[in-house]
Amino acid sequence: MINVHWRFFPRMLCALLLGGAGLAASAQQLTVSAAASLTNVLKTLGARYEASHPGVKLQFNFAASGVLIQQIVQGAPVDLFISADEETMARGIDQKLLDPASRRDIASNQVVLIVPATGAVPVAALADLTGAAVKRVAIGKLATVPVGRYTKQSLDAAKLWTALEPKFVYADSVRQVLDYVARGEVEAGFVYSTDAGVMPDKVKTVMRVDGHAPVHYPAAITAESRQKAAAGEFLAYLLSSSAQDALGKAGFGKP
Amino acid sequence: MPDTLAPLFSALHGIDWTPLWLSLRVAGVATLIAWGFGVGLGWVVARTRLPGRALLEAVCMLPLVLPPTVIGYGILLLAGRRSALGGWLREHFDYTIVFSWHGAVVASAVVALPLVLKSASAAFAGVDRTLEAAARTLRQSPWSVFMRVTLPLAAPGILAGTLLAFARAMGEFGASLMVAGSIPGNTQTLSMAIYDAVQAGEDDTALVLVLVTSVLSVTVLVLSNRLFTQPEARTP
Repeated sequence: MINVHWRFFPRMLCALLLGGAGLAASAQQLTVSAAASLTNVLKTLGARYEASHPGVKLQFNFAASGVLIQQIVQGAPVDLFISADEETMARGIDQKLLDPASRRDIASNQVVLIVPATGAVPVAALADLTGAAVKRVAIGKLATVPVGRYTKQSLDAAKLWTALEPKFVYADSVRQVLDYVARGEVEAGFVYSTDAGVMPDKVKTVMRVDGHAPVHYPAAITAESRQKAAAGEFLAYLLSSSAQDALGKAGFGKP
Repeated sequence: MPDTLAPLFSALHGIDWTPLWLSLRVAGVATLIAWGFGVGLGWVVARTRLPGRALLEAVCMLPLVLPPTVIGYGILLLAGRRSALGGWLREHFDYTIVFSWHGAVVASAVVALPLVLKSASAAFAGVDRTLEAAARTLRQSPWSVFMRVTLPLAAPGILAGTLLAFARAMGEFGASLMVAGSIPGNTQTLSMAIYDAVQAGEDDTALVLVLVTSVLSVTVLVLSNRLFTQPEARTP
């Protein structure tokens, strides 16, 4: 048996590949497209869910909500969509991409102003951003990143948007804003409080930023999903007390 | 056919052409830089016996095969704010290439360099040495021989490579996105604008920009091909 002849090798390879494919097919795979700010907590919750539901395999796709809905428009095989704002969710429902009856809010959040932990430039309030020492401020792209739109609402309310506009660097997702600040390439950025909590050693939270629509995370099953029941079960799990506890520990508010 | 084209024409009117001018400016300056380094290094590689020139050439050719993300990260490591060079520039000159169009120029120049270098070294290697020797017998200085004999003979090859480099710089996306980001009116070049339009679902804008980019690139490639074939056509 040890002396396997090479001519059997292709057959063994075929058997292995087919076996592997069979195994993968037997597990039910759910694809969840979720707002980038949920990355860490959903990975943790997903692993727990997989452990308690053998046979279910979760595949996460994290990006800015606007990018995710666009992927669904283009026909991405997604079962559950979790947005970081109402606007993107409404866009999906209007275009009949999502099942409105399945819609549930799973969490809420808060926008904060962050600076690099090194704190070379003193920033204590929104108005300090107009100072000459602040060269660049990172925000989410307005067209696709919800936190960018929340930021614009707050800065419009504070009458600072126009003054700060030349300093903006537009990021692809809230996590890219976090990365720009953490690397010190910008003097400040606007993210959610939960994102600031992911890199406590690299970024410092200056203040809560108000004056924007409340940050909710609506989730809905896609119209094209072939596994609506399984997707609904996972959505129900996210609303269970144990999952809500985990979301709370990660800094998210109640839905 | 008119039904499908109608939204295209309406999109044409509403389009902001700043990304096109930015692309031309970034690619133009990047090509100039790549041209200087490429011609110099091409001559060193083809005509000198400098020790380590093969290694030098290999390093300069790397951007042709490395993923743009590696180039982008490399530039951030070498010139980002946290780097020694970036920190020094920031401290003494209050200058940073990250998130400025200069960053996009550096990224584009790095990826365009191999195209100039390769065609320049091939062009220099193809220059008839007896012509240079003849010029030297006429008491021309080495610099004069280079400027009046070698460079003109190598020019078509170098120019073709330079046009390719320009086309490549126009198409730069990955490394520039990492270094310069996509700031409208500042670093949002054509390729960035297409990326943003597709992500936001603005298909008409994306399509128009794609057409503009394609027409420009094809024009440059046709010009480049003409220059590559012309020298043979001219030989009697």
